[in-house]
This record gives sequence, structure tokens and C-alpha cells, in this order.
Amino acid sequence: MYEKDGEKYFVVDGHTHFWDASPENWVEGQEEYAKGWIECFHAYQGLGPADTHWPIDRFQKYSEELMMHDLFEAGHVDVAIFQPTNLRQWYKNGFNTTEVDAALAEKHPGKFLVNTYFDPREGDAGMKAFEERVKRYGCKGVKLYTAEWLGDSRGWSLKDPEAFRYLERCEELGVKNIHVHKGPTIWPLDKDAFDMSDVDRASTSFQGLNFIVEHVGLPRIEDFCFMATQERNVYAGLAVVVGGLMHARPKFFAKVMGELMFWLGEDKLIFGADYAIWEPKWQVEGFVDWQMPADEELSDFAPLTVEQKKKILGLNAARLYDVDVPAELRLEAPKVVEPVGVPNP
Amino acid sequence: MTALEEVRACHAAVWHALGTVRDPELDEPLTDLGFVARCEVDGGRAAVELRLPTYFCAPNFAFLMVADAYDAVSAVPGVRSVEVRLVDHFAAEVINRGVAARAGFVASFAGEAVNELDELRATFVRKAVLAGTDRVCRALRRSGVDGERLARMTLGEVPPSQDRERLRARRRELGLPCGDGDPLLVDPETGEAVPPADAARHLGFARLTRAGQEANSGVCRDMLRVRYPHIGEQEGAR
Repeated sequence: MYEKDGEKYFVVDGHTHFWDASPENWVEGQEEYAKGWIECFHAYQGLGPADTHWPIDRFQKYSEELMMHDLFEAGHVDVAIFQPTNLRQWYKNGFNTTEVDAALAEKHPGKFLVNTYFDPREGDAGMKAFEERVKRYGCKGVKLYTAEWLGDSRGWSLKDPEAFRYLERCEELGVKNIHVHKGPTIWPLDKDAFDMSDVDRASTSFQGLNFIVEHVGLPRIEDFCFMATQERNVYAGLAVVVGGLMHARPKFFAKVMGELMFWLGEDKLIFGADYAIWEPKWQVEGFVDWQMPADEELSDFAPLTVEQKKKILGLNAARLYDVDVPAELRLEAPKVVEPVGVPNP
Repeated sequence: MTALEEVRACHAAVWHALGTVRDPELDEPLTDLGFVARCEVDGGRAAVELRLPTYFCAPNFAFLMVADAYDAVSAVPGVRSVEVRLVDHFAAEVINRGVAARAGFVASFAGEAVNELDELRATFVRKAVLAGTDRVCRALRRSGVDGERLARMTLGEVPPSQDRERLRARRRELGLPCGDGDPLLVDPETGEAVPPADAARHLGFARLTRAGQEANSGVCRDMLRVRYPHIGEQEGAR
């Protein structure tokens, strides 16, 4: 919970990791990729305030204590959602697996929600393992990395018939939140990834699922907004938007927030700090303090209200994940607001 | 013309030709972006080097730019042989070889690419039309034209400006209507006039597209400057 100027904010960090990218975990022969991946992440951290930068060795592998401190003691987070990223092709025990996340979650009841993943290329065995993970860890969401390498394959698409089979199973199992990474290319993944038409197709076909597009397709925000306004079950995951832009590129941040509010509206924006790329503390505090600048270029956009910030920082994610919000942190009369950008509401 | 003057004129023509080649996404000339690292002309032989903001810039965009530069320089009168080389890029060898052999993108990246790049290029020209629409319309709004009027204007009714001609040129590239009597607001897919009732939404997309384009352009320029800190001096010396 974060309190500022007498207003209390229930904070859900919609995008966190507990990873191990230390050299001991690099797959032999794949060191270049394992190293390149974590160094690329580390470079992103440089977009936050200088006093939040970590040395690379701490960044490669941090402790449970540090994570608990950064999120829940210093960072104002009430509930954090784990978004796993396996990358077993490069990391022996995986980069950030459901199992590692779940072990930490079990030690700290009530603090974490554990999401898992599926990969349609894993076939029937993958399906069975997916179902077991969902049941064992009570997963209500998945994080999908369509650009992940597997053998000779350099990625997959949500449009694939096999992926549809998994999405059908998600609906049956109550795994209703489908987080999809569509954002900055991280070397060496997916050489020309800018296409999110697969989310378009899947979200149309699975109206019972929520599709949270992580990183809102940056650097191509327009593709995301074009698509999201056509689909009522598409949400914007703000990891990278807040962490990567609010401090380093404030003017573009204002435009992105303005456009997201215009096209998607206050009920569809989901905060995520993307720990450990960025710590939540400065993001939560900065976002609460942030306001749409008075600038001719931004005159199409309205200032954000306290109520809207409360939704974005936690109440929207709590709604998607059925998280019980303490009475004093709820909104008095929560209502779904239709954004301007939606045609024929 | 003396021999020296001839060389100078040819160099200027090659430079001008490179100025017609754009980054497909940013819709700006390579020469303005600082992507031309070297441009030399000697006895009808043109040698050009291109550089990009990162080692990992998408190879499909890079391929388009190298191929376009090759075509543009080849068309300059007096140029008899052309070498265009991308430098400091992870796929430079493959791209340089593919362009020099006129092999096409799919053949150059055998096994890694499935489509030629015409559709990719068209996608970004359509975005350029939208971004250009915002530039023209914002200027009109500032000069007091209201939304009602904007929705019914023709291209010819827009006061002449560089932005208007740039918009016209992008529309022409896609085969969209671009004459003075054609509507200012057209669907960049179909070329049909945007109905006045949809104008506000269309202009919203135009604004959004421009925001994305200008943000990417800013990132690319910043990263290029970080990568090649002496870039300004080189351009001054040219």
C-alpha cells in the first residue's frame, strides 16, 4: 500500500521475476546468448534513475531477501504477479521458471500470484505438464514468449492451431489472463518482431480470456492501439512503459499514457514494475506524482485523476486476478468507463 | 568541365541520390539520419558505406536500405560501378552479398526469412501517410480550421507546404489519390475518402502514428550518436 496526500493506493505489481542469469547457470556452448540476454536487460535498467542502478553481478543473480525488501518493504507493493520466462535453451535450470517462483511464493503466503507458461511446440507432453503446473500452483495466468527458441525453431505464433488448443484448455482450467510479450526486441530473439497480429486473431477467437500485451508493443505503440481498440478483451501491460520511459523519456511517456488512456481507457491499463529490471519504489511514487504536462502537443489528453491512478496501479489487476482488496483501498463506486477511442460503444 | 569538377558533380549527384533513400520506418532520408558513413566517387566508381544505430537493427529494414541505396546510386549518370556496404552490423556480410548479387531478401537469408519486403515497405508507407496527415492537419488546426471543415477539405485547399507535398508523394507511392481535387483525409489501405463522421477517430490514429514514428526516430538518432560520437564533425567536414 502506498499513501500520498491522504490517498491510499493498493499496488499490484503485474510483472515481476525471480531469475538466475549467473554464469553458473549458462548452458555450455550457449554462453554468448545467455550473456547477451542478461546484459541487454541490464542496459534497460540504465533507463531508470541513476541511484537505482545495480552492478551486473548483483543483477545476474539477486537474493530472496533483496527481492522481498525491494518489492514489499521499500516498494509499496501489496501483491506481485510472477511472469516466468524459461529460456532453457541458454540457461541450465531455466532463467525464471514457474517452479522457482512458486517456491518463493509458498514461503510468503499472500504476497505472490504465480503465473506459468505454455509452449505449443511441446505437444501432448507439454500439455500434460502445463495442466499439472496450473493445478499445483493455482495459476490464473500465463506469460507467453512467442519469440522463445526451441531447437531449430526461432519462435511460434498464437495463430498456430496448436496454440489454439492450449488456449481452449486455458479457458477450461480458468487460466484467464494471457500475458504476451510483444515489445522491444531483446537480442538474440526474433530478428524482426513487430507483428502482433497473432494477438488480434487469438483475442477475437477467445472472448472468455483476457489478453494483456506486455510492453504495449513498444516501439510500435500505434500497432498495439490499432489492435486493442478492436478487441474488448485486450489490456495494456505497462512494464517498460513506466520503467523505461517515465524517467528517461518523459515527453514520450506523456504521449504514450495519453494515447493509452484515449484508446483503451482507465480500466485496461495494468501496472508492472518488471522487477528486477526496475525497482517498483520509484515507479509507484513517480507515477502517483506524475501529471500530464500542460503542453500544446498534449492538449488532446486529459490529466489523470487519483481514481484513475488507483485503478492503473492495482485495482485493474486485482479485478482480473480476483484479488481481495481491503475495503478502505477500494473505490467507492467502481464503474467501467468506456474509452473515447472505442467505436460505437 | 575540368576532371576535378566532373568528379565533384558526380559526387554531388551520388549524395543527392542517397538523399532519396529513406529509412522505411522513420520516413527520413539516410543522409539526414547520419546513416551514410562514407561516400566516395572515383572515375565512375561509387563506394558507399552505411551504418545503423545498433549492431542488432532489424535485418529486413537494413536490407531494404542497402538495396535502395544500391539502386539509387546505380541510376546516377556517369556512375559505372557501385559498391554499397553496410558496416558494423551482425548481418552485414549476408546483406552486402545478397544486395550485390541482386538476390532478394528471402534468398539472402535462406531458412530465416519467408517473405520479400514489399509488404513491409508498404506497411510503413501507409504509416507515413497517417503521420503526414497529422502534420498537415495540426498546422491547419493551429491556423483556425475547425474539425468540421478539415473533414471535407481537398488536398488542393491545403495551403502549399513541404508537409503537404511530402504527404502527396507518399500517397502517390501507394497509388492512393493524390491530386488537388482529392480528399485530404483518405483511408491509407483503400484510398477511399474518410466519412466526416469518422474523421475524429481517423485523426486520432494519425496523431498516434506520428507519435510512434517521431519517438522511434528520436531513439535511433540518440543511439547513433552514442555509437558514433564524432558523427557531427564528420558531416561538417564533408
